[in-house]
Amino acid sequence: MTETLARPGPAENPMTVAQETPTLGQKPTHVPPTTNRWSGFAHILGARMKELKREPEVIFWVFVFPLLLALGLGIAFRNKPADTSSVAIVEGPGAQQALTLLQSSQHKSSIHVTVLPRAEAMQDLRLGKYDIVLEPDGEGGYQYYFDPSISQSVLAHTLINDALQSAAGRKDPLPTSTITSSAPGSRYIDFLIPGLLGMNLMNSGMWGIGFALVEMRQRKLLKRFVATPMRRSDFLLALTASRLILMVVEIGLLLLFGVIVFHMVVLGSWLTIMLIGALGSVTFGAIGLLTASRAQKIESVSGLINVVMMPMWIFSGVFFSYERFPAVVLPFIRALPLTALNDALRATILQGEPLAAQGWRLLVLLLWGGISFILALRWFRWT
Amino acid sequence: MPPAIQCRDLRKTYDGKVEAVRGLSLQIEAGECFGLLGPNGAGKTTTIEILEGLLEPTSGEVTILGQNWRDNARELRESMGISLQETRLSEKLTVRETIDLFSSFYRRPRAPEEVLEELQLSEKSDSWVGKLSGGQRQRLAVATALVGNPKVLFLDEPTTGLDPQSRRQLWEIIRGFQERGGTVLLTTHYMDEAERLCDRLAIVDHGLIIAEGTPADLIDRLGGHHMVEFAVSGGRNGDHHGSANGAGLEQWKALPGVESARHEEGDGMVCLTVHEPHRTIPALLDAVARQGSKLEHLTTRQASLEDVFVRLTGRHLREE
Repeated sequence: MTETLARPGPAENPMTVAQETPTLGQKPTHVPPTTNRWSGFAHILGARMKELKREPEVIFWVFVFPLLLALGLGIAFRNKPADTSSVAIVEGPGAQQALTLLQSSQHKSSIHVTVLPRAEAMQDLRLGKYDIVLEPDGEGGYQYYFDPSISQSVLAHTLINDALQSAAGRKDPLPTSTITSSAPGSRYIDFLIPGLLGMNLMNSGMWGIGFALVEMRQRKLLKRFVATPMRRSDFLLALTASRLILMVVEIGLLLLFGVIVFHMVVLGSWLTIMLIGALGSVTFGAIGLLTASRAQKIESVSGLINVVMMPMWIFSGVFFSYERFPAVVLPFIRALPLTALNDALRATILQGEPLAAQGWRLLVLLLWGGISFILALRWFRWT
Repeated sequence: MPPAIQCRDLRKTYDGKVEAVRGLSLQIEAGECFGLLGPNGAGKTTTIEILEGLLEPTSGEVTILGQNWRDNARELRESMGISLQETRLSEKLTVRETIDLFSSFYRRPRAPEEVLEELQLSEKSDSWVGKLSGGQRQRLAVATALVGNPKVLFLDEPTTGLDPQSRRQLWEIIRGFQERGGTVLLTTHYMDEAERLCDRLAIVDHGLIIAEGTPADLIDRLGGHHMVEFAVSGGRNGDHHGSANGAGLEQWKALPGVESARHEEGDGMVCLTVHEPHRTIPALLDAVARQGSKLEHLTTRQASLEDVFVRLTGRHLREE
């Protein structure tokens, strides 16, 4: 290649002719932008929000997925009108009598009865198709078969026995009556939605900060940024701010969904909920930052993030109460950040507890966030 | 006026064992375009990243525009533009948004429209970065370096992997910057790029500068500006493909006007550095005829930096 380089003079660039201003035929004067202390912060935040908006997967995982999860679990575990007990009666003399008695009982709407040969009835009991098996003993009495460790079967035993005895003419010495209720606040969906909120804030904090940072490091974008006069603190602040904006939308959507679709009642103030959400977001953002402080590849940070989150999915009471774990481990479970966040959200949303009553939980979050942040600043690799 | 870029006895050792840079000193004056030329792994990128303040040297001193990284980092960042080797900018931002973002980091940036026009990216201003071609992406990377209105421009392999037209476009942009008084330091392993673009060059190999000067100087040091390459077969001396042995080369080196001789690996060619080809070539033809050998191939060309590099290291620049 031997051609010489064209060196365009300042006045003879043909590209600008069409844009000339009518005044003096000069090159159009583009005004340089004026920047101030916060221009960098504002632009990083703006760029981050635009990128998120243009990433359909983010919209799905952050906003749509939690709603689908709430909808699915809310329907699966909705409170049925009344629990029915299913009972198998073993064929033989006396079976017909039991059937007639149960069908004429006042509880007949909640009892499902079938008459079966013995072997088949026992088989189906083992498989969980029936809660209990009733066998005539041939002398006018009956025997119950069930597994006492299954609460459904224990309930069925009481119900069937009651139905049988009262239909056969037993008189209760004490008159009682029952009023049932299924008020919002005590249902599974009421327990679930604050848990989903907490889990969602953990997920998006860890992925939105941890994964995003390692991706930028792998693309050498972090290095490119620190090669400019950009303030590193502005960069981290902008990432945090973008998380907080998303947090408001995440919490708002999921809570409104609960209120509208499942008639959830939010007892605490929305402001308190948002403040707790903000603390949770920032805490998990800081843990995400720590997770991302050294990793060079997105594969390695993905593994790390899952390792950090896995125990909290299981122990922190997202889908079921952590009180079911042995009492010895409860203090450890309560010291996990997601447990503190879930408990704080539940106490506010379901019981209307004020912020002041939650000092311990907020402190747990603050400690996790603060210590992670300090360690992350020491170890974080920008290049 | 202090030199734009100066470093003394730079050393960088990774993990206490790999010596990437082993005592490298440079002085680049304001307004110069200086090239670091060398094969992959020679220490070019490590050197440029130390100068850019992105890597801490194990030892040695760096001064940029009379200031050092320890005391004046923020000031220095304001006055330099950097294009790293392979930065993948955010794909979901538009060209314009990317430039705006970078301009927001500087106190006195240039107008983004002006920079986009200069880099011929105005038409792509609303396209997502992910949709740009390789050449356009590289121009955008340089645009992010220019938008801060720098005095010094660092470019690490700015044209690697680009087609010839995109490379020439970038060369023009770099020239334009230099003509407005800017200082450029670039690394490359392309000879033609170094020859065409750089006022001065340093040839780097194994973490050391092995030669430094203007492209013409370096070629002068070969002792001849012309290269004569040929291959012979047959002849009384038997197998001339074995002329890699010293005796074979001595015979050609003795021809009039020959400065040095070497054997090209692989293709059996002999390569002579010559200052007077009109005297050498007739003598060469005579010698071949006397031996009863047959000339298989003969070309002459201008000596290039590649020849300088091969002369200095015995290796080609782009060898695997």
